Amino acid sequence: MSEFTLVNATLADGSVANIGVTDGVIKFIGDQKIGEQIDAKGLVALPGFVDLHTHLREPGFEQSETVLSGSRAAALGGFTAVHAMANTMPVADTAGVVEQIKSLGDEAGLVQVQPIGAVTVGLGGERLAELGAMANSRAKVTIFSDDGKCVSDPLLMRRALAYVKSFDGVIAQHAQEPRLTENSQMHEGNVSAELGLAGWPSVAEESIIARDVLLAEATGSRLHICHLSTAGSVEIIRWAKQRGIKVTAEVTPHHLLLTDELARTYNPVYKVNPPLRTDADVKALREALVDGTIDIVATDHAPHPVESKECEWSAAAFGMLGLETAASVAQLVLIDSGASNWQRFSEVMSVNPAAISRLESQGQKLEVGNVANIAVINPRTTRVISGGGASKSSNQPFEGIELPGTVIHTIYRGTFSVRDSKLAK
Amino acid sequence: MKHLVSVSDLSREAAIAILDTSLEMSEVNDRDIKKLPTLRGKTVVNLFFEDSTRTRISFEVAAKRLSADVINFAAKGSSVSKGESLKDTAQTLEAIGADAVVIRHHASGAAHMLANSGWVKGSVINAGDGTHEHPTQALLDAFTLRSAIHADARGKGLDGVAVAIVGDIAHSRVARSNLVLLKKLGAKVYLVGPPTLLPSALISQADGYSYSLDDAIATFKLDAVMMLRVQLERMTAGFFPSEREYARIWGLNADRLALLGSNTFVMHPGPMNRGLEIDAAAADSKNSLVLKQVANGVSVRMAVLYHLLSGGENE
Repeated sequence: MSEFTLVNATLADGSVANIGVTDGVIKFIGDQKIGEQIDAKGLVALPGFVDLHTHLREPGFEQSETVLSGSRAAALGGFTAVHAMANTMPVADTAGVVEQIKSLGDEAGLVQVQPIGAVTVGLGGERLAELGAMANSRAKVTIFSDDGKCVSDPLLMRRALAYVKSFDGVIAQHAQEPRLTENSQMHEGNVSAELGLAGWPSVAEESIIARDVLLAEATGSRLHICHLSTAGSVEIIRWAKQRGIKVTAEVTPHHLLLTDELARTYNPVYKVNPPLRTDADVKALREALVDGTIDIVATDHAPHPVESKECEWSAAAFGMLGLETAASVAQLVLIDSGASNWQRFSEVMSVNPAAISRLESQGQKLEVGNVANIAVINPRTTRVISGGGASKSSNQPFEGIELPGTVIHTIYRGTFSVRDSKLAK
Repeated sequence: MKHLVSVSDLSREAAIAILDTSLEMSEVNDRDIKKLPTLRGKTVVNLFFEDSTRTRISFEVAAKRLSADVINFAAKGSSVSKGESLKDTAQTLEAIGADAVVIRHHASGAAHMLANSGWVKGSVINAGDGTHEHPTQALLDAFTLRSAIHADARGKGLDGVAVAIVGDIAHSRVARSNLVLLKKLGAKVYLVGPPTLLPSALISQADGYSYSLDDAIATFKLDAVMMLRVQLERMTAGFFPSEREYARIWGLNADRLALLGSNTFVMHPGPMNRGLEIDAAAADSKNSLVLKQVANGVSVRMAVLYHLLSGGENE
C-alpha cells in the first residue's frame, strides 16, 4: 500500500494541515510528513463525495453507460461512492442482480458502487421485490427505490416502508403522481403553455411527498425523497422534519441551477424528470439546501445515447449527466454565493448521503484512523463545461456554462483514483 | 427571413408584408391561368408526419401555382414508433435537394428542431407542430379578417378589432399562433372556453377571457368569433362532462349568432364538428368566413413560399 502526505491542504473548517495516509487509512492530520509529499497548498481536502442517485445503466443499457465508465466519471467528479439505481435490465430486484452490480463495481475499483434495490418486482408497482434478500446479500442493500417510477399505490408504499424497518432500510421515493403527469414533457407553467408541451405540474410531486411523509410517520420508517424540485415540496419536508418524521431529501445540481426557460430551445438535453422548474423553485431549493431542509445533493446522473436526445422533444428520453459537474454546482450554490461554507458542502456531498445509506467507510470526517476516502479540489479555478467527459454519453446540460472549481485528486481507500485531474487507471 | 417556424419570428411589418403579398397572390388565383413562374426550378417538400389532407393540398397547390416542383412525403414513423427518425428523414430530403421543407408533425417543436438542427439547408415552414403553432393558419385567418373588415386592406393591420377565440385553447396550435399574430397586428384578443382548457399563462397574454360564451358576447363587443375544433380525444379525457354540455355552453348556435349581431364575423379553421362547437346556422350564415378561409389559405401559403424562397423584399 502506498504512503503519502497531502501537504498544506485546507480542511472543511478552514484550517490548514498535512494529511498523511498509510495503508488506506488516515495516519495523521497535522504537520508531520510521510512517504510521497504532494503539494496541496490552496486546495480543499474533503471526505470523498457520495452520490445517492446514479444511473450506471449496467446491466442492460451498456450503450449509455457501464459500471466502469460511470465509475470513471464519478472518480473524476470527486466521488468515492455511488449508488447505482435499480432501473437496469434486468431490474435490480433480486439478490443476484445487486450482487452482480456490486461485483462490477469492485472490479472497476475506482469508487464504491453500492446498488439500490427495486421496491417492486420489475419496477412494476404491483408487488414487493425481495427486499430482505437484497439486504442480506453481499451487496448489503439498504436503499430501495423504483426511481424513474413512483411507488404510487399507497398501500404498497405503506407496506414497503414498514417492511424495511427490520433491516434499517430506507425507501427512496420518486415522487410523481402518475395520473397527474400522463404524457408530461416539462414543468407546467407559463413556458409549457407557450411551447405547447404537456405540463408536469408541481402538485404531482407535492401530493405524493405529503402522502408519504404521513405514511412514514404512521409506520415510523425512514423515507428519502429523490430529486426534490419544487418550492412546495420544500415546505412539506420542512413541516415533516419539524414534526420529527424520519424523512431526508435530495436535490440535483441541475435543479439548483437550470430552469424551464431552457425548454424554449426545444433541445431535449434539457428534458429531465422531474422537470426543470422556475426561478422561484430554484431559489427555494437553494435556501433549503443551506438551511438543512434538504439533506444532500445527488446527481441523478442519467446517461442516454445520442439518438435518444437528437430527436423531437416529446420523443426524447428524460435525464442528464451530472457526476463530473456536481461538486462545481454545489460550490457555486453554497460557497461562491456566500450562502454557506465548506462544512455544509461536505455534509451535503459526503456525510449525509453516507449516513442515509449507512455506508461505514464513506462520508467520514478526515480524522485519524478513518478510511482515506478523500476529494481534493481547487476552488479557485473555473472551466467552461463541454461534452460528456468520461461518461459514454454526452447529454450534458451545463454545456457552455462556466462553473467554478476543479477536482484535482480523488483518493479511494488510500489509493489515487484520480490524480492531477486525470484517471489513475 | 429564412424559416417560418413561429409567428413570433415575424415583426408587425413583416406580417403585413406577407398579407399584402397574399393579396397579390389572390388576384393570381382569380385569373384563368393561375400560375406564376416565380419558383421555377425550386423543390418544395411537404413532409407530413400527421395526416392533414386539407393543409397538405393547400401547400401543394400554393407551391405548384408558383411553378415549384412538389414532393409529398408522408412519414408515418417517428423515433417513438421505431420508424425512421426525424433526423434521418431530414437528411434524406437534404440529399434530394429540397429548397423548402413544409413540415407537419405531432410533436411540439419539431419544426423548430428541423430549422435549428443544421440537418437541412433549405427553408423550414411550420405547417403545424403538436399543440404549439400553426403560423400559416394564423396568417390566413388574419388575412381573411383583414379583407372582410377593410375594403382596401393593403398595408393595414387589425388595429382595434376585437376577436374571441373560443374552445380548446390549451391544446390548440391555431389559438397560440392567432393569439400572438392578431395581437401583433393590433387586434384585441379574448379567450373563451371551459377552465380546464384555458391555461392561465395564455390568459395573461390576452386582452380578456371568459368561461362563458354568453358573457363574452355580452361583454366584449366582438368583431369576430373564431370557433376551435373540439378534438375527439378531449371528449374522453375529462376536460368537460359531455359533448351536449359543451355545445350548450360554448357552441355557436343560432341564438348566440343573433346576439352577436350582423357585424360580427364567424370563423373556423376547419374541419368543423357541426352541432358541437358550431351549428349549421352559424357555419353557413352570411357572416361566416369559413369558406373564404379555405380559399385564402392557398394565397397566403403562396405568399409565404414567395417570401422565403424568391429573395423577396424582406431578404
